[in-house]
Parts: sequence; C-alpha cells; structure tokens
Amino acid sequence: MNSLKQIFGGNTRQFGMIFALVALVVFFQWRTGGKTLTSGNLMNLFNGNSYILILAIGMVLVIIAGHIDLSVGSIAAFVGIVVAIAMRDWGIPWYLGVLLGLALGAIIGIWQGFWVAYVGIPAFIVTLAGMLLFRGANQAVGDSNTVPVPEGFQYLGAGYLPEIGPNTGYNNLTLLIGFALVAFVIYNEVRGRRKAQKIGTELPPTWVPVAKVALLSAVILYATYMFATGRPGTSFPVPGIILGLLVIIYAFISNKTILGRHVYAVGGNRHAAELSGVQSKRVNFLVMMNMSILAALAGMIFVGRSTASGPFDGTGWELDAIAAVFIGGAAVTGGVGTVVGSIIGGLVMAVLNNGLQLLGAGADDTQIIKGLVLLVAVAFDVYNKSQGKPSIIGLLTRNFGGGGGSRKAESSAPQPAPTEQAVGTKEVISHDV
Amino acid sequence: MNNHTILEMRSITKEFPGVKALSDVSIEVRAGEIHAICGENGAGKSTLMKVLSGLYPYGDYSGQIFFQGEEVQFKDIRSSEAAGIVIIHQELALIPELSIAENIFLGNEPTRFGVIDWDFVNRTTLELMARVGLSEDPTTRVKDIGVGKQQLVEIAKALNKSVKLLILDEPTAALNESDSQHLLDLMSGLRSKGISCIMISHKLNEIEQIADSITIIRDGKSIETLHVKEDGVDEDRIIRGMVGRSLESRFPDHTPTIGETFFEVRNWTVGHPTVSDRLVCKNESFHVRRGEIVGFAGLMGAGRTELARSVFGRSYGNFKSGQIFINGKEVTLRSVPQAINAGLAYVTEDRKSLGLNLLDDIKTTTVSADLRRITHGLVVDKDEEFRVAEEYRKSLRTKTPSVNEGVAKLSGGNQQKVVLAKWMFTDPDLLILDEPTRGIDVGAKYEIYGIIQKLADQGKGVIVISSELPELLGLSDRIYTIFEGAITGELTREEANQESLMKLMTASRKSA
Repeated sequence: MNSLKQIFGGNTRQFGMIFALVALVVFFQWRTGGKTLTSGNLMNLFNGNSYILILAIGMVLVIIAGHIDLSVGSIAAFVGIVVAIAMRDWGIPWYLGVLLGLALGAIIGIWQGFWVAYVGIPAFIVTLAGMLLFRGANQAVGDSNTVPVPEGFQYLGAGYLPEIGPNTGYNNLTLLIGFALVAFVIYNEVRGRRKAQKIGTELPPTWVPVAKVALLSAVILYATYMFATGRPGTSFPVPGIILGLLVIIYAFISNKTILGRHVYAVGGNRHAAELSGVQSKRVNFLVMMNMSILAALAGMIFVGRSTASGPFDGTGWELDAIAAVFIGGAAVTGGVGTVVGSIIGGLVMAVLNNGLQLLGAGADDTQIIKGLVLLVAVAFDVYNKSQGKPSIIGLLTRNFGGGGGSRKAESSAPQPAPTEQAVGTKEVISHDV
Repeated sequence: MNNHTILEMRSITKEFPGVKALSDVSIEVRAGEIHAICGENGAGKSTLMKVLSGLYPYGDYSGQIFFQGEEVQFKDIRSSEAAGIVIIHQELALIPELSIAENIFLGNEPTRFGVIDWDFVNRTTLELMARVGLSEDPTTRVKDIGVGKQQLVEIAKALNKSVKLLILDEPTAALNESDSQHLLDLMSGLRSKGISCIMISHKLNEIEQIADSITIIRDGKSIETLHVKEDGVDEDRIIRGMVGRSLESRFPDHTPTIGETFFEVRNWTVGHPTVSDRLVCKNESFHVRRGEIVGFAGLMGAGRTELARSVFGRSYGNFKSGQIFINGKEVTLRSVPQAINAGLAYVTEDRKSLGLNLLDDIKTTTVSADLRRITHGLVVDKDEEFRVAEEYRKSLRTKTPSVNEGVAKLSGGNQQKVVLAKWMFTDPDLLILDEPTRGIDVGAKYEIYGIIQKLADQGKGVIVISSELPELLGLSDRIYTIFEGAITGELTREEANQESLMKLMTASRKSA
C-alpha cells in the first residue's frame, strides 16, 4: 500500500475514480468472458461516446464558471441538420460543411452568451429556452425528416487512421501515436523532476517515478496494441483523435492560461474576481459560446457516425454530459472541476453503459444503475468533504490536467517550520456553521 | 460551585484531527452577569461556545458542563436551547425575505387547530420588540431593516425562547457607534432582569465598559479570569493577558516621509446603483501625497466604501461627474483593469465575500490580480507563482504551513496578509485599504499596521478607511471625514482627535 501511495503521490484514495474505472473494466472483462477488452469493443466505446466526452469538456468549463447548459443536445441536432442539408442541397464539400457547422455553433454561442453574460439571465433559463428553441429549429429546418450525409463527412464520426508506410502487421499511425504518448509521459516526468530539483524540494526515490512511468506506459502500449490490431481497415478512430486533441488543448487552457484562471476565479467568487480585475462578463460569454461550438462539433461527429441527421439526435445528451462532469468532481456551486476529471467521469459512465449492454442488460436497468452511480459518486465526495477530509474526486483530478508535474512537486514540498498550533485551530474554527 | 454560579465548564478539551483546539479550559459564569471571553483569533473562543451550545455534541469533547447546578450533556442546539442557552452568531441567522415576526417564531410557530396563530405571533412580537427597544411593524421584512436592528431581532428571538444565558459572538462587529451603544445598553438591561450574558468581542473598550468579568483564552487554554471592578481591569491589562506580553504601543513607531501630491480626485459625484436620484458621493474632492497615509473617517453608511469603489474603476454606483488626476495628468478609469493598470489597488472591507476566492490556495490568490506578470507566452508559470507567494509569505510573515494551503483555512489576520500580498504584487502607487483590520486580533493588527507604514515609506500613497477612530488616529498623517456622502472636513495629525473627528462625522459642513 505504501508503495502505491508513493507512486501516485500522496493519498491512494485520491485515485478512487481511476481505481473505480479500472475496477469496472476488470469486472466487465470477467463477467463478459473477455468481450470488453477487444479491439472492436474498445473502438465502439470510443466512437459511441466521443461526442458525450467532447460535450463534457465544454460543460465542465461552464459548470466551473457557475453555470449550466441544457441546450447542448438541441444545438448539436440543429447544427447537424443544417450542415446535412447544406451538403445535400447546396452541394458544398464536407470540409466546408464542418466549417459551416462550427460557425453556426459560434453564432448560437454568441446568442446564448449574450443573454447569460451581458443581460444577466441565469444560464439555466437561457439554455432551457435554447433547448426548446433549437430542437424546434432542427425539426422545422429538416421537416422532421432524416437527411443523409456524404461519405467524406462520415469519416469524421466513423473513420479510422489510414494505413500508411511499410506493412508491419499493425496500423502504423496508431503505433506512432502510442509511442509518442509514451515518450511524452517520460519527458513530462523527467521535466517535473528537474523542476522540483530546481525549486529544491525533496524528491521521492528513483524507483517511484520509474514504476509510475512503467505503469502508465504499459497501459498506453496495451491500448495501442488493441487499436493497432483490430480487424483490417480499422485502427484508432478519428473521433478519438479529435477528442484527444481537445482534451490536451482544453486541459492546457484551463490549467495553464490566464483565461483558465479567470474561469475558476469567476466561479469561485465572482465579486472578488471582478475587484481583482477579471472581466467576468467576458469570461461568462466565452464559456457559454465555447460550449455551443463544442456542441456543434459533437453533433457533426454523431451525424457522421450515424450517416444521417435526424429529428431526435442529441436527446438527453446534456444530462449525460452534466453527469460526467459531476462524477468527475466538479462542484454544483462552481469554482471546482477539471477537464481530465470530467473525461474520467464520462469514461466511467461509458464503460458502465458498454459493459451492461454486453451483459445484455436492458435500457431500463442501465438507466437505473447509471442514476445510482451518479448519486453514490457525488454523495461519497460530499460525505468526505463534510468530514473535513479533502474531496477525493477534487484532489484526484487536480493532480491531472497537464499540471501534474509541478503540482505534485509542490505538495511534497518541505513544510516550513511548523507554525504554532493556533494555525491549525483556526482552520477548524473558521469552518463556520 | 456556589449558588450564584449559573454556568460552569470544567476542564473542557476538544480535539480535531491533529489539533488540540481546547485543552483543559474552565470557565465560570455567575448568574446575572456579563461575562466576556477574550482571546486572539484562533485562540479557541468560538470552539468553546460551540461545545457549550451543543453544536459539538456531548462525547465529542471531554470535560463537564454544569448549568444551574446540574450537569448537562447537550446533544444538539435544540437541547441547549431547551435548557435556556441561546447563541447568537456573528453572521446573523435571520431569513431576509421573512418578516420580523416570522423570524422570531421560526421553528417554533404557535398553532391553533394546525394553523399558525398570527394574532398571537404579532402580539407577542410587539411585546418582545418593546423589550429590546424596537418599534417596527412586526410584518416588516428583515431585509428592510438595518444590521443594528437585525441584531435586536435576534435578541428578541432569544428572549422568546425564555433564555437564561445569552451568548453573543462579536455582537457589535458590524454595527456603528450608536447602534453598538444601544446594544450594550440593552445587554445591561437584560442583566438587571437576571439574564446572564457571555460575550465574545474584540472591542476591548466595550468589554471594559460593560463586562463584569472576563475570561482570557490563549492558544486553547484558559489563562485567567478577571473581575473588572474588583481587579480594576483596563484595556492594557486585557491585551497583556491575550497576547501574553504587554504591547508597549498598539502602533509601530513611524516617521513619515511625505512627498508631493500625486493622486487627486476632484468634484467626485456618484449616483446610487439602483435608486436613480440618490447620490452616494456628493462633489467630493481629496488628494494623496507620496508616502502619506490618509485616513477616511465616517460612520457606517456614510459613503466611504462607495467613494473608494467608485474611484477604483467605477466598480460601484453610477458615475455622474468628477475627475481623477495622477501625477498631474487627468485619467479616466472606467473599469477595474484600467484602475489596476493606473497603479491603484483596493482591499475590500469584506474579505470573505468580496476579497477572496475561498476555494483558492495562497499562491494562486497572491498572483491573481496580476497574472500577466508571471505569464510567458500563453502559459502561467507555476514555479514563479510559487516563488512569488513564498517571498510574500516570508516578508509578511504569514502563518501557514505552506503556500499550497487553501486561504479558507487561514485566520482573519493571515487572510488579510494574503490579500495585501496580492495587491502588493501589482506594485501599486496608491493602496486603498477598506477596514484593513476588521475581525483581526491585536497581535496581527500590529503587524498589518507595520506593513501599511512600510508601504508608505516606499513612496506609495495609502488610503485607510476605518470605523475605529483610534486606528485612524494612530495610523494617519491626515484624515478626511465623510458624512452622508460628502467630505465634511480635513484634519492634520495634530488637529485630529476622537472628539473633533466625531463632530465632523456626524454633522454637516455648516456646523463643522
């Protein structure tokens, strides 16, 4: 147990969520007799959930800033139908269709952001209105019909990395990505260690980072192997790549940039943020607008995967995305949450969904179980907070999101001479009822 | 234990994981007395009161509590209230949208045949309000009366529960002088009717004025109990007990080096944010010199904060007219970022709701007002953030195990140091400090004063807004007085004293 703690830095319980994810995978692998960890199923898992995970990325920022967005499913559907019709009737090529969809998402985002940020209407109301509005718009534009999309566009939602280079028996591009990731993991660890050395913090013994890197690399390589050896013509799915890129970009923004800081500041205490020079209206506008753009993207990926846009696309997506974000450790009151945490939350839901399907559970049972998981995950976190212990999910996810290296270094920083007990006492007392 | 003792807490020890908040604390309150509990922030006063009120139930602490001669074991607030112990918290527990009567009877509404008996409620409310000196309509909503009156409603609510021992936590912290006085008079009135009071307060002059005995708590231990009359206790004696040493002076020695005027506001007029024809700043003009500490005195509601915040990038109210000159050049500051860029900094009076993001840790707070300085390209440099925060932690002597600690865990004084660090990091020319020592204990106050003086010595201008006249008198090189949104006077250090200030703070320009 102690070694585990050292590998993961600090408290093993911080890793509850990842542990839950791993446990779920192992459980289903066992119960389904090995059907879970197969190339085909993993690809399915990614393809079938990437759009929810993309929504979760935008949603977590919205929720950190202290808002909510109920309209994402309807926006996705509306953008999907407009793009599908534009490609069918105007004959525009698929890449222009994608651009059109993103632009439309931006325009919708400006509309919603305007009401939330500059008029000051609660996002719940604005996006509830949007949910009705854009669902109606989808059905009005598409006449409640299903509109097919061309093949190029389908690549977006159902495509795989192409086969290039020498015939190695594996998909070369997938291999490349896997190796690049492993290289990055090693680089990051070395860099983090160097930095920690520079600040002069105490470093854990060498075997700890080695074990950590080995473990992570093993997982990545295993996944790479799975994706690279699927049935011919398949490899790492395109939606997975889009998702991966978005996670990197948004984890970077939320964790490393001024804008990211400002989102957390506005959600944590809007007045204090404003008096520190944060333009909270602009921040609110941007997170709402960003959400709509990502919803547009998610809608197009879904349309690409299902080869056509229909009147009921995206129903209930907002709730799946919101659930992922809260399982991933965000706070209802804002100010807390991470991109990577939300992705993990989304994956937990996805694996549950997938595993239960493989087991032949009906939609009814699946819903019941998902509902309970959401409740239990958040209740567990709330209970821990009320006990004065750190929020497990919060801590877990704070250690991620790109800042892993420096964060960990800091938390193990030598504690300056323990100040008098009074400090500790204050902590307890300031816990006002 | 004699007959006159109403409450005795014997050897109370309360531990939190890793911390002993109270160790072997004993306190004895006589019937019909006002008993003050003094101690620095974090000394354990509030914890002790939480033990007494049952918030930390029996079994959660060790030690015994005797109330009216019998041992009691409260398991929650309800059971302590049933015994006649009522606690009134610093943050009032009233519901703003409900009426005075509804608040007073909240949780114990009298019913007749299952329906609330409003006649009885209103009649009783009137009686209770008369006892505390309130003459409002019982159906007035609580949000429509001032803080001072809300405090009285709380007491009326306690009286309705036939209170025998009333606990007041910082009762006058948010009140102005006259409301405070009224409250203190009321407490004496209750005392003469046989109701005992425990009062926690940082305002030593009030304690000296009203308390019969004082228990001093330091670092979770009860140090001593003083009897005000018998022992001839004065403020200095209390301070000595609280800090364990005598503070020669409550202000560090300081010789100002004052330069030329660099900041000037002329004819500043600002309207109320929601009431269109009301003015919160009426044609106000003032200036600040380099290296000068300028005090702003005024009663609560006089418009001090409104003035400061409207100057600070128009972050309050409707700007009507007026000019700001920095180094002789007129500037227009329309937003907070513009104000910060122009070299202004504003430390709010309300740390928790306006000054801090309580979810943040010390290091992110320290750099939050000037993130650009530690940003390279797009990336906020976290190493530099850590380094900067460490620097300020050391130079301001913030008491914390590490700058990774959350600001919510710090005491008031240390929180204030973090807020000061945040603004010092923006390297301002003019710091506006609104109630910089509110809710801060004596020792930390002394340190904050030292920081303020050091900032002035660096050639910065400092504006200090404060409700505590001794603080303004001890700190300022020059003091403006404000009354009802207008500047009514300007006094030099030599001219200023409590009386001259008070006169200008309460009267209009004519009589000054």
